[in-house]
Amino acid sequence: MADFEIKDLRASVEGRQILKGVSLAINKGEVHAVMGPNGSGKSTLSHTLMGHPGYTVDGGEVRFKGQNVLELEPDERARLGMFLALQYPVVVPGISMANFLRTALNAHRGYDGKDKSKMVTPKEFRSLLKDELEVLHMDDSFLSRYINDGFSGGEKKRAEILQMAVLKPEIAILDETDSGLDIDSIKFVAEEVNRMRGPNLGVLIITHYTRVLEFIKPDFVHVLVDGKFVLSGGPEVADRLEKTGYSEWGKEEAAQPQEVA
Amino acid sequence: MATQPKLDVGVDYKDKYGFFFPEDYVFKAKRGLNPEVVKEISFMKGEPEWMTKFRLRSLEIFRKKPMPNWGADLSVIDFENIFYYLKPAEKQSASWEELPADIKATYDRLGVPEAERKFLAGVSAQYESEVVYHSLQENLTKKGVIFLDTDSALREHPDLFKEYFGTVIPPADNKFSALNSAVWSGGSFIYVPKGVKVDIPLQAYFRINAENMGQFERTLIICDEGSFVHYIEGCTAPIYTTDSLHSAVVEIIVKKDARCRYTTIQNWSTNVFNLVTKRAMAYRDATMEWVDGNLGSQITMKYPSVYLMEPGAKGDVLSVAFAGKGQHQDAGGKMIHVAPNTTSTITSKSISKGGGRTSYRGHIKIYPGANNVKSFVKCDALLLDDESRSDTYPYNDVDAENVTLGHEATVSKVSDEQLFYLMSRGIPRAEAETMIVNGFIEPFTKELPLEYAVELNRLIQLEMEGSVG
Ligand SMILES: Nc1ncnc2c1ncn2[C@@H]1O[C@H](COP(=O)(O)OP(=O)(O)OP(=O)(O)O)[C@@H](O)[C@H]1O
Ligand SMILES: [Mg+2]
Repeated sequence: MADFEIKDLRASVEGRQILKGVSLAINKGEVHAVMGPNGSGKSTLSHTLMGHPGYTVDGGEVRFKGQNVLELEPDERARLGMFLALQYPVVVPGISMANFLRTALNAHRGYDGKDKSKMVTPKEFRSLLKDELEVLHMDDSFLSRYINDGFSGGEKKRAEILQMAVLKPEIAILDETDSGLDIDSIKFVAEEVNRMRGPNLGVLIITHYTRVLEFIKPDFVHVLVDGKFVLSGGPEVADRLEKTGYSEWGKEEAAQPQEVA
Repeated sequence: MATQPKLDVGVDYKDKYGFFFPEDYVFKAKRGLNPEVVKEISFMKGEPEWMTKFRLRSLEIFRKKPMPNWGADLSVIDFENIFYYLKPAEKQSASWEELPADIKATYDRLGVPEAERKFLAGVSAQYESEVVYHSLQENLTKKGVIFLDTDSALREHPDLFKEYFGTVIPPADNKFSALNSAVWSGGSFIYVPKGVKVDIPLQAYFRINAENMGQFERTLIICDEGSFVHYIEGCTAPIYTTDSLHSAVVEIIVKKDARCRYTTIQNWSTNVFNLVTKRAMAYRDATMEWVDGNLGSQITMKYPSVYLMEPGAKGDVLSVAFAGKGQHQDAGGKMIHVAPNTTSTITSKSISKGGGRTSYRGHIKIYPGANNVKSFVKCDALLLDDESRSDTYPYNDVDAENVTLGHEATVSKVSDEQLFYLMSRGIPRAEAETMIVNGFIEPFTKELPLEYAVELNRLIQLEMEGSVG
């Protein structure tokens, strides 16, 4: 059994079924890329995995560390070791990034306002952030700004990866983190993800472009069309898509599932 | 500035804020209101005759004035069942050491000495109806700044007092200003001489600590030309079951080029009727800022106002109201533009929870000839559930030309997207909700000194946990 296992996941949004039976096994140490046309259900998959209340699970299972993830609240999933970098990060006025990161980190460490020994110390927090900010080429000043408030598109994406670096998940889902990033920013983000890459991290990276996959080399590439994986394989799948696009799956009947992972 | 401190709260609230000590009063007036009670109050205080007469005249006005027929429902107030004056100790204490032990214990728990150690210039802690503890740093005295409880100010600075007292809010202004004028006791008196800038906030702590006891403090602040002062009052009240009335009057005069900021954080126990009249007169190029946070109480009616009397005057109201179960916060602001080239802003943030109700009530008046006025009102309401309610009642009277008047109002709920986002980072739902609420009032919180910001966030956290009242 894989470290993180999605079995026959079905989910709907506002009564419309979007995910029509998605199965995927991710082991720590692996990087999986998911590609697929607009509206095929990639973000639905990422949100459903993280427990967004707007997505209804109609069937299937997600198992991680012996738990049925689908029964957990989003915060419990996060503390279990899951992370989602959103395609569209949310603005939350009035809360500084520093406060947000500190609160999230404390929550991960089980600090509930009582046992001070579990609390991240200001010194530790500062040195932790200093390194990550450097890798991501982000200025200190981001920390005193409100969550994503007034951030440019690219800054929001980098801020997502900063959160990932601070929280050190074991399963990270990156939903189009590369979209809207200039070429340098893609490199910074990729560098940060590669720093974290290793035997303790499994990555699911959703993207439309092969460019990011040149920097974050995937072990597996899956193609999602109309709520189902229609093709899975190695990095060569991405190259194939680059040339031919999704036309061969223009109709659902034409889908040719092959070697599903 | 850290605005989301991690604090050990929720466990010791009753102990820390809801405690009370046995009453040990030197004098306790009878319940009810009549000329005899008013004369007795004035006599006990050894006041000059003009004040006794002022009080009696005010009582007459109070009796004749009808109850306000707008705003919150006040019909349940029984004026005959209230103590109008309590005197907790024989005389004023000059230092912390001389305070009676139980009063000292109360303030120890409130953290007054700590706050003083940190940045106080002076503390005047009002226990019951009268100020019992007072300290003032020497450098203030040297600069000629007067910071006294209002009773002492009447004795020690009779001429200055008489010149300004009751000039901003006359007894006949409204029923509750008349009541306060008849039975007032305690409050703060501040005079800042020409050109003096008081660089440390002056603070007072108010508390109600007797059943059925009204608290009618009276505050008068005079900022002479080119001066500056920041006055702060903060309250945390014990929890009681019978109704209690708090009806204060605050009068402020801000002269040419002066600036005054008046910050309040109130957390009355949920049985208190909090009916306060606050008004400032701002003269040429003067600035008046009301920063007003209202939590607790059963009903609050409070609309800090600024009369912009001369060109260049500027008025600001920044307020936050939190209404929980069974509470109605009817708050807002008034800007009265008497002179041309004056500006004002009112920013109101309200939060309703558990069926609580908040109302914004505002009045912008621009007199004929007060041309080139700019005024902007922004009210944002946050509803935490479907039972709660928020309304806005903006009134504008514009009789001048070339006026820029802006009004923006929003009503929103804690957004699912924001909640999901914070929770997806491992933050539990309740904590995430509290963060969003504290984020919502951050424009207010950031104007407070750090200690107060911490206290406010903490009170919000307690309110969110439902452990208050
Ligand atoms: N909250 C929502 N309300 C209504 N429809 C939704 C909602 N979220 C997703 N959908 C619909 O579900 C389908 C899948 O959307 P999803 O966001 O998962 O696509 P995607 O593969 O991530 O696309 P993209 O590449 O454009 O990001 C779309 O048709 C979309 O309109
Ligand atoms: Mg998407």
